[in-house]
Amino acid sequence: MSRLTDANVALAREMIARYPRPKSALIPLLHLAQEQEGWVSDDAMAHLAELVGVTAAEVRGTCTFYEMFKLHPVGTYMVNVCTNISCQLLGGEELLHHAEEALGIRPGGTTEDGLFTLEDVECIAACTEAPCMQVNYRYGLRLSTDDFDQIIADLRAGRHPQGLVTANPGEPIPSHGTLGLTRQQTGESKMAGVLPPEQVNEAPVWLNANATEDAS
Amino acid sequence: MTATEPEAEVVADGVPVTIDGVEILANKGELLIAAAERHGVYIPRFCYHPRMKPVGMCRMCLVEVDTGRGPGLQPSCMLPVSDGMTVLTESDVTKKAQDGVLEFLLINHPLDCPVCDKGGECPLQDQTMAFGPGESRFVEEKRHFKKPIPISDIVYLDRERCILCDRCTRFASEVAGDPLIHFQARGNQTEVNTFPDEPFSSYFSGNTVQICPVGALTAKPYRFKARPWDLSEIASTATLDAVGSRITVQSSRNQVLRYLGVDSDPVNWGWLSDKERFSFEAWNSDARLTQPLLRGDSLGNPTDEGDQLVAGSWALALTKVAEALDGVEPERIAVFGGARMTNEGQYAWAKLIKSVLRTDNVDAQLGDGAGGKALLSLPRTTIDAACTPGGTVVVLGADPKETHGSLFLRLRHAAENDGASIIEIAPRSSGLAPYATSSLYPVPGELDQLVDALGDPFGDAAGVDGDDIAAVSERLRNEESFTVVVGSGSLGDSPAVIERAVLRMAALFPNASFLPALHRGNVMGALDMGLAPGLLPGRQAVGPEAPGTWANTPAMEGLDTTAMLHLAEEGGIDVAILLGCDPLTDFPDAGLAERGFNKVSHLVAVDSLLNFTSTGADIVFPAAASATEVDGTFTNIEGRLSPISRKVTPPGTARADWMIAVEIAAQLGVDLGFIDIDELWADLAAASPLHSGVALGDVMAADTDGVLLTGTSIDSVEPPAVDVPNSSDLRLVVTRKMYDEGTILTHCPSLNQLAAGASASVNPTHFSALGFSEGDEVKVTSQSGSVTVPVISDPGVPAGAVAIEFNQPNASAASLLDSARTVTTVSLERVS
Ligand code: SF4
Ligand code: FES
Ligand code: FES
Repeated sequence: MSRLTDANVALAREMIARYPRPKSALIPLLHLAQEQEGWVSDDAMAHLAELVGVTAAEVRGTCTFYEMFKLHPVGTYMVNVCTNISCQLLGGEELLHHAEEALGIRPGGTTEDGLFTLEDVECIAACTEAPCMQVNYRYGLRLSTDDFDQIIADLRAGRHPQGLVTANPGEPIPSHGTLGLTRQQTGESKMAGVLPPEQVNEAPVWLNANATEDAS
Repeated sequence: MTATEPEAEVVADGVPVTIDGVEILANKGELLIAAAERHGVYIPRFCYHPRMKPVGMCRMCLVEVDTGRGPGLQPSCMLPVSDGMTVLTESDVTKKAQDGVLEFLLINHPLDCPVCDKGGECPLQDQTMAFGPGESRFVEEKRHFKKPIPISDIVYLDRERCILCDRCTRFASEVAGDPLIHFQARGNQTEVNTFPDEPFSSYFSGNTVQICPVGALTAKPYRFKARPWDLSEIASTATLDAVGSRITVQSSRNQVLRYLGVDSDPVNWGWLSDKERFSFEAWNSDARLTQPLLRGDSLGNPTDEGDQLVAGSWALALTKVAEALDGVEPERIAVFGGARMTNEGQYAWAKLIKSVLRTDNVDAQLGDGAGGKALLSLPRTTIDAACTPGGTVVVLGADPKETHGSLFLRLRHAAENDGASIIEIAPRSSGLAPYATSSLYPVPGELDQLVDALGDPFGDAAGVDGDDIAAVSERLRNEESFTVVVGSGSLGDSPAVIERAVLRMAALFPNASFLPALHRGNVMGALDMGLAPGLLPGRQAVGPEAPGTWANTPAMEGLDTTAMLHLAEEGGIDVAILLGCDPLTDFPDAGLAERGFNKVSHLVAVDSLLNFTSTGADIVFPAAASATEVDGTFTNIEGRLSPISRKVTPPGTARADWMIAVEIAAQLGVDLGFIDIDELWADLAAASPLHSGVALGDVMAADTDGVLLTGTSIDSVEPPAVDVPNSSDLRLVVTRKMYDEGTILTHCPSLNQLAAGASASVNPTHFSALGFSEGDEVKVTSQSGSVTVPVISDPGVPAGAVAIEFNQPNASAASLLDSARTVTTVSLERVS
């Protein structure tokens, strides 16, 4: 059962209501589906199609355009090793080979315990810190093979991996798909309004709000 | 093109543009690629299609354009013309760009032209030869996909060949409104595909095959059947529905292999429904009648082995028919059908029936829709007028998506792109509901009451909210003019309901004009030729005077199908003639049809394929298929005459319908007065003032949009009385679907599995009140019979009604209907 849960359907409706056209909410909704299962299943896409009133083929078209939506189950931790030029020059390929051996899987594969999925990725925009990788999009920088082993060992042991950069020190690494540790709510006054573009004839409320703040 | 022509079309806001040194005058807002083409300069393209919005996907149309800031390459399909623009379509820079674009397009193209169906008519192949690099520098591995995958029951997709032009996907979402195919993935991995297990089951999928500029999309009926250079073709008209979509018929070795849609601006814009496109399969069927059939032995005598239909000779069949008709009173003859013939077949039969046999008992409509006389009395209009930008269209008791595919696409386009408002007044929500500005669903039997209320709103009527009625009423009264597409209504109602509704509409709204969207191909031709009670050729009422060369007029006032069957039931019909029709399955009262035909002494059928009714005939004449085996003309819903062309020879000894009429008349000792189409047309011109000014040659000319016939000499018809019993029983709605168990469809291997089956749809309020759950099997019982079908909840069905689809594989709704009743009341009972 990988349709959205009732709680997530409620959230989805809230998200949809923020857009003038329901289908504009597709990307955040796909994230929501991925957060629920760790990946985006066909059932979830069909469910989103129902929610926003488009065909499932259209949802799939949008979903498959983005690398970060996974169409197959992946491990709790998504390990992305960069082998693009800067990293390659500084040992990215070796790091990837080491990762393959250490985890016993090839890029694209998932360890049997379901903990790790390995991927060979293009530049992840940390070239100055090459070679680098990401675990669920948290960076590990200037990594040696030992650093890699330590991170994996920490994750396996349920310890916080010191080798990964997190926003706050010691913050846990949530499982793949998790969007954030807290959920933000957008207040009514911050909404851009739900009029379709062709019906919009005045500035959005938040703009007015800013204007009055500036004036005061 | 003569040099003076561009000047001839000077328009007030024309835009001067110089293309390859020649100044032309483009229309304001026109795309450069279109302006150039109109003036004889063809810019190569793949993704641009004149009937869809440009997307600039392929870059093949790059040309060097200078708008005053120096020359640069621009895609001409995305560039509206501007004043003083100079364009070079053959400069070195342009050529280099074309060469480069083609090289890129071919990087991943498999170049499997020798085994590709498109080879020989492939824009990619042709343009590579004309503009391409000649040699590939690409030595790397191309991308690989599983070779063709079915994306629907009919269409196959080879993703390796696809050049990602976005034509098929745009068609699906922009034109058909069925976005079931979509680009998937990104960059080098991009592919067209469906959602897993959700096929591209659009009624219009075949159009994507026609517009795909490579061999990526192929249609099952044509795969590996022929090479384009083996095909010969002829311009014709599609005959399955009454829109009269223009087509090219292509054949090889005397077998029709393909229909292609032709872009006729006033009619179908190049599009066809799949049903229309692949219907030729039926005429290639092994089941085609090739010789006359007689009951008994081959001499038509009864045998001991019971009464089988056996092949006999034409001479004998004609003798037998003459014997059967000998001395029979005109009022004891009944003729059913004729709507699937060419105009010429219809005219010859009308003359035989009304002048020679002197009976007026003939009905091509088979209980479908308002009577012919009523329809011909209405002010008529064109599809273009119906689709006027910003205009208003009332769809009255019609579902064009199910019954008139290319008309649906035109109406949908008008609503989606040209600001037309569609007002749907239907027995249940139709395929136009998503595009309609208002939808009114009156309870069965009360459509005419709703129309009366639109003329003079007084509150709720026919189960429809009074405010909704008032709003639509006001809108209609304030329109300068509007179009009413009038269909068959619900087959569960007596045809008097839709007839009264449409006549009241005409009386209440002098600003309305009408497009009759009836079932069966050339039904409007049948009415125009007089194959209906009370009508003579050329929209004239039967009167004392015989038209043209006719010797007589009918001896008495004629009956429609229902009345003929009632008379037959009482033993009042001696000879019944079936002209390409199957009343036992197709007439909306199966019980009456069966009782009636059981009592007929002699049943004669003229048809291309045997059906349920003609299986019981005594004499069967094999008819050439009007679609592809006969030369003649077609009359569409607008009254537009267009050519039907003979492309292949009929099987065996099958003959054109009009020839069979001539032969039978001759056997009866009467010369119908024509032995070829030209003579027939002259005879028609003498009999019909409507056709007298039309030259057959003008209709048959391939490159025209046909000849529009306007006007009528039928005076206004008195609306029939409609009496609906006041009861709270559930009332039945019966409507037709695109795919059903009709004779032609069941003989098309690609289409005969597509009928979805009937279900009983009820309004959600009833659904829960009756305690059903979705998909429960229910028994629907009327006074006439019962069927068992799954029940579903559908807000598009009026409260108090049950809606069932007609003639489906799991249930024949005709068995529930009683043509003597205004409405059919039913009860529902769960059986599972
Ligand atoms: S399948 Fe054909 S029509 Fe569709 S995108 Fe590919 S090339 Fe274009
Ligand atoms: S090359 Fe590895 S982060 Fe840029
Ligand atoms: S035809 Fe212009 S970009 Fe394809």
